[in-house]
Amino acid sequence: MATEILSGKVHVNTTINGESTDFLAEPRESLLEVLRETLGLTGAKEGCNDGNCGACNVIMDGRLVNSCCVLAVEASGADVTTIEGIAGPSGLHPLQEKFLEHAALQCGVCTPGFLVSAKAMLDENPNPTEDEVRWWLAGNLCRCTGYDKIVRAVLDAAASMRGEG
Amino acid sequence: MHAISYAAPTTVADAVSILAEHGANARMLAGGTDLIVQVREKLRDTTVFVDAKHIPDLMQLSVNADGSATLGAAVACHQIYGDDAFSAQYPALVDACQIIGSTGIQGRASVGGNLCNSGPAGDTIPPLIVHGAVANIAGANGGRTVAVEDFCTGPSQNVLGDGELLVSLTLPKPAAGSGSHYLRFIPRNEMDIAEVGAGAAVTLDGDTIAAARISIGAVAPTPLFVAEAGEALIGQTAGEAAYEIAANIARDAATPINDMRGTIAHRKHLSFVLTQRALRGAVARARGMEVGHGH
Amino acid sequence: MAVETREEAVTIKHHSVDYSVVGTRPIRHDGVDKVTGAARYGADVSQPGQIYGAVTRSPHAHARIRSIDTSKAEALPGVHAVITSADLADPGEKVTGGGEATAVPLKHKSGNVMARGKALYHGHAVAAVAAIDAHTAGEAAALIDVDYEVLPPVMDVLEAMKPGATLLHDDLHTDIAGEASAEPSNVAAKFLFEEGDVEAGFAEAAVVVEREFTFATVHQGYIENHNALALWHGDGELTVWCSSQGHFTIRAEVADILDVPISKVKVIPTEIGGGFGGKTTCYLEPLAAALARKAGRPVKMTMARADILKATGPTPGGYVRVKMGVDSDGKLTAGEAYMAFEAGGYPGSVVAAGCMCVFAPYNLTNVKIEGDDVVVNRPKTHAYRAPGATQAEFASETVVDEICEQLGIDVLDFRTLNSAEEGTWRAGGPAYGRIGHKECVEAARGSEHWNSTLEKPAGTYRGRGVASGFWFNIGFTSSAIARLNPDGTVTLLEGSPDIGGTRSSIAMQFAETLGIGFDDVIPMVVDTDSVGYTDVTGGSRVTFATGYAAHEAANDMRKQMIEGMADVWDVAADSITYENATFTANGESATFKEAAHLLNEDTQQIIGKATVTPEKEGNAFAVHIADVEVDVETGKVTVLRYTAIQDAGVAIYPPYVEGQMQGGAVQGIGWAFNEEYFYDDDGRLRNATLLDYRMPTTLDVPMIETIIVEVPHPGSPFGVRGVGEVPIVPPPAALAIAIYDAVGIRYRDLPMSPHRVYAELAARQNGAEA
Repeated sequence: MATEILSGKVHVNTTINGESTDFLAEPRESLLEVLRETLGLTGAKEGCNDGNCGACNVIMDGRLVNSCCVLAVEASGADVTTIEGIAGPSGLHPLQEKFLEHAALQCGVCTPGFLVSAKAMLDENPNPTEDEVRWWLAGNLCRCTGYDKIVRAVLDAAASMRGEG
Repeated sequence: MHAISYAAPTTVADAVSILAEHGANARMLAGGTDLIVQVREKLRDTTVFVDAKHIPDLMQLSVNADGSATLGAAVACHQIYGDDAFSAQYPALVDACQIIGSTGIQGRASVGGNLCNSGPAGDTIPPLIVHGAVANIAGANGGRTVAVEDFCTGPSQNVLGDGELLVSLTLPKPAAGSGSHYLRFIPRNEMDIAEVGAGAAVTLDGDTIAAARISIGAVAPTPLFVAEAGEALIGQTAGEAAYEIAANIARDAATPINDMRGTIAHRKHLSFVLTQRALRGAVARARGMEVGHGH
Repeated sequence: MAVETREEAVTIKHHSVDYSVVGTRPIRHDGVDKVTGAARYGADVSQPGQIYGAVTRSPHAHARIRSIDTSKAEALPGVHAVITSADLADPGEKVTGGGEATAVPLKHKSGNVMARGKALYHGHAVAAVAAIDAHTAGEAAALIDVDYEVLPPVMDVLEAMKPGATLLHDDLHTDIAGEASAEPSNVAAKFLFEEGDVEAGFAEAAVVVEREFTFATVHQGYIENHNALALWHGDGELTVWCSSQGHFTIRAEVADILDVPISKVKVIPTEIGGGFGGKTTCYLEPLAAALARKAGRPVKMTMARADILKATGPTPGGYVRVKMGVDSDGKLTAGEAYMAFEAGGYPGSVVAAGCMCVFAPYNLTNVKIEGDDVVVNRPKTHAYRAPGATQAEFASETVVDEICEQLGIDVLDFRTLNSAEEGTWRAGGPAYGRIGHKECVEAARGSEHWNSTLEKPAGTYRGRGVASGFWFNIGFTSSAIARLNPDGTVTLLEGSPDIGGTRSSIAMQFAETLGIGFDDVIPMVVDTDSVGYTDVTGGSRVTFATGYAAHEAANDMRKQMIEGMADVWDVAADSITYENATFTANGESATFKEAAHLLNEDTQQIIGKATVTPEKEGNAFAVHIADVEVDVETGKVTVLRYTAIQDAGVAIYPPYVEGQMQGGAVQGIGWAFNEEYFYDDDGRLRNATLLDYRMPTTLDVPMIETIIVEVPHPGSPFGVRGVGEVPIVPPPAALAIAIYDAVGIRYRDLPMSPHRVYAELAARQNGAEA
C-alpha cells in the first residue's frame, strides 16, 4: 500500500506529561509551536528556533530534543515531557528546589530548558561530575547567570537525589 | 515556513517511490536538525518531507558477523555512542557524534543526515572517510554503493539523484592494531561549526605505521580525503616526525576560505595542527590508550 | 576541560549594620513560577481572536526606498492587514521623550521602527503584515515588493568620518555643544570633557603611554525574543502586552509613534527574559498596534533571532585612543582620550558615557576626552550593561597595565596610589561621594586568588591579569504603592520590570523598614495604569531607586497605620510608638498583623505610596582577576580561574548580587573572546544566529568566584549601590592583560578570537625567523 502523503491539518495523538493528547497541526508546524500556541504549554520558549539555545528543550521518548527542530507530526505516538511535567503531585522536583535555593536563575527564560535538560541527564547519569554537567548543558544558553549557580544547583540536586543532600 | 507535506513510509521501496514522484521537491527527514531549520530559513525549497525513521533499514545499527558494521542512515548520534560494540571499533566516528551540536541535537541528528547535508564542515564525514565507510544508496533503478570520500560533490551537494536515498553506511572491520581519532577546532568549546576538522585512522605493526587514512573538513568545498598524507605514513615509525610529514601534506591540500568562522591563514595552519593531533590520538588509541573526545 | 569547584562567595563588610531581612538569602517571590514554566513572558500571552504579525526587512545595508507594492501580500488568503511607515504618524520635526523617554527626534525613533524613505541597515523594517497564523504572515511578508535604489554601505566609524564619505542622512548636522555644523555629516555629535591642564600634566610625566584600540559591535544576547501583543478597545483605547525594561517608556514611545494620547495607551508588562539595556526601547509594539488597528483584531508579534541580531540595538563597536602619563613615583599626571562609537543608522550612541568612564577609577585632575557619535549602516546601537564603559575602560585599563610594567610597579599598588575616592572630581563631574574602589583593590590584594601562585607546567602559556571597572549607576524616578491586606500581609505594587530578582530585593527593603517578614510582602510588577511613573529597569537603578520608593511607601504606611490605630484605640497618634513590628500606646499593644486586622475591621484602607527621584547615585567599582592559558598552536584562550570583586554598597539580596557579578563577568568574557558582528562587503550581517554569534556556553567559563565588598552608599536608606552593570567592564582588559602575561603580546582589538590571537603569534614567529 502506498504511503499516504499528509498535508493540511493532520491529526496527531501523543502523550504529553503522561496524558494522552490529540491535536491538529500542519506538517510545517514544529512541536514547539504546537506546544505553545495550540496546547497552551508555554513553558518551553523560543530563543533561536534553530537548535542553538536549548530554551525549547523537551524529552521525547526518553531523549532530550530541541522541540523547535521537531515537526509536530513527528511526535505522533511519542511520549513527551515538558517543563510543566517535571514537578510531581507532591511538589517540586529536586532540580527545581535546588535552582531556587541556589539562585540559579535570574530572568528565568532559559530556566525551563535547563531544568528539562538537567532532568534528562540525571535520568541517565545520577552522579555526574562538574565537567559532565557542563558538557550535557552546553546546548542551553543562559545570558544572565554565568552558569556558576546553575552548575552548582544541578550537582546539589543530583547529590540530594542520591540521598547525599 | 512555506507549506509542506509529510510522509512516513515504512519501506525503502515506498520511500523511493515518493522521492521519485516528487523529484527535487522531496527530501528524506531523519533528525531534522539541519533540514527543518534550512527550510524554515528558506535555504532549501523542499516541500515533501519523507520521514526516514519508520523504515527499519534506515534505523539499523549492528556489528556484523564478518566484523564489519552497518549504520542505518537515520540512526541518531546518541544511539551510536550508546552502542559499546560499535563504539569500540569506530572511535573517530564516536568522537564526532559526541561533539556535534548539543545533547539535544544528538538526540535526533543522524550520521546519514550529516552526510546527506554534505556541508564542508560536517563533523561525521572525515571520520566516515578514515573508517573507509561506503554509502549504500537505493533508487528507482536499484541500488548502488559509493565510497564516502566520493559522496559529496560540493557545498550541500552530493551524488544522490532525484529518487535516490541513502539507506545505510557499511564500515569495514578495522585491522588489528588500529586506532582512530577525530577532532575539530572551534572558537568556543561546544556548539560551533568546525573551523577545521581532522580525522585520522592508523594501523600499527609494532611502532611502525602499516596503514593510515587522513581526512580534513571545512577547508574545501567538500570534506577532503587526503590520501597522500596517509600513504606518506606507511612504513614510518609512529611519532612526531611522521606526523609532521602528514600534517604538512594536509595543510597543502587545504584550500579554505575567509568567513565568519575563520581565516584562510588560520585554517591552513589548523589543518596542520589538527592533523598532528588527530594522529597522536589515533596512535594512542591503537596502543590501547584512552583519548578523550575532541574537546 | 577540568574545572575545580571552589569555595562559595566571600563578603567583606566595611560597616557594622546588621539587618534582619536585608542581606539574607530567602527564595525569591516569583521563583516557583519560573521553575515550573508557569511564569508568563511576552510571547506566552495570547488574546481571543488574535492574528499574527510579521515584518518585511531590507536585504540591503543602505538603500533608498523608491516604492513599496503590497498588493500581492494583501491578496494572499488569510492576510488581514499590511502596513508601511505611511501607517505610522507623520513624525515631522517632533521630539519624542523628554519626560517619559529619552528625548530624540521622533523621525529617528519612528524611522528605526519602520524605515521612512531609506533603509539604513540590513534587516531594517520596511513593511509589516498581519495574517491568520504566523506562517501565513511570514509568506505574505515575503510577497511585499520593495523597489530599492541600493547605495554604498558605510560600515566603519573612521571611514564614515572621512571627507566625501557617503552620507546616511542628508539633514544630519554635527551637534557641537548645542550648535549644528554648517555641512551635513555622519558625525551626529561631538563631545568634549576637559579638566585641568593636560599639557602641563604630560610635561610632568616620567612615562607616557599612548595606544589605539578597536572593538566589534556586540549584542546583549538576551535569550527571550522581542514580542508584542496589541489590542484596541471599542473606545479607542489601546492595550499592549510586551516584555520590556520599562513599560512606561514603551507607552510614551507607542503614543508618540502612533500619535495617540498617552492616556489612551496601557502597557501591561509581562515577565522579561533578559534585556541588559537592549529592551529599553520599542521595536514591535507600534507595529503590532498599527496592524491591530487596521485589522480590527488583536495582533501578536514575535521577532525571530536573526532579526533580533540584525535589527535591534547592539552596542557600539568603534575606536578608542588613550594616552596616559605618570610621574616617577607612579602618580598619574594626565590622561587624554579620543573615541568614536557607532551610533548605527540613527544618531545616539553611548559615546558620551564612555568618555566620562574612561578614567573614572582614578584620581586624575588633568584630562581631555573627546568623543564622536557616528552614524553607520548598522542597526541603531543601544545600551548594553554599563553602556560605553567596557569599550573605554578596555583601552584605559590596558594602558594602565603597560604603565605599571614600564614603571615596575605592582598593579594593585598603582591602583591604591591613584584610586579615585570621596571628593575626587570625575571628568564631566560631579565629585564622588563615598565610593569603594580602594576597598575593592584591597579585597583583591587579600584574595585567595591573588595570593595563589599560577602554576605554569612546562610547555603551557599561562598568565594573570587584573583590571578595574567603573560605572555611574543612576537614580531616576521610581514609584511604589503598598496595600495593607486584612491578614497583615502587604501587596507591594511597583513599576520596575523584574529581570533578575528585584521583586524580592525591593520587598526586602520594604519588609526591613517595617520590621515584618520577607514573606509578608507580596511584590507585583503592574501596568502603566496601576502604579506611578517609573523609569526603566536599567542603570543598576532598581534595587536602589525602586527600593528607595518601597522604603518611603513603608514609612507612609507606618504613618497611616499609626493614625488609623489612634482612631481604633481612641488615643492621640503621637502617643503611639512602633517598634519591633508592634504598635504600642497607653498599655494597648498590637502587632503589625493584629493592627492590620483591627484596621480592616474598622473599615480603614491603608495604602502607602511614594515616588522618589534620588539625586545621589551610588557609583559602582569592580576589580577582576583572571587567569588564562593560551594554546599557542591555535590561538585559543581558556579562562582557568576568574574572580570578580565589587563594591555593592550593602548587598540587599546577596545570591542575586553574586549572580549579577558572575553573569556580567561572563558577558564580558564573551565580549573579549568571541562575540562580534560579522558583515560582508555589502553590509549584510553574516552571523545572525546563536550558532555563529558565539556567546559563552557552560563549557567556556569556569566557576566565577565573587567577593562582595560592602561600602554603604550614604544616598540610600540601606546603603544600596546598584550592582548590575559594572561587572561587565573589567573582563576584556583583565583578559587581554592575562594573555600578555602568558605570551608577551598586547592585544588591543576585540574580540581576541583564536584567529586574531594566532595571527599575532604567527607574525612574531615569522618576524623572529626572518
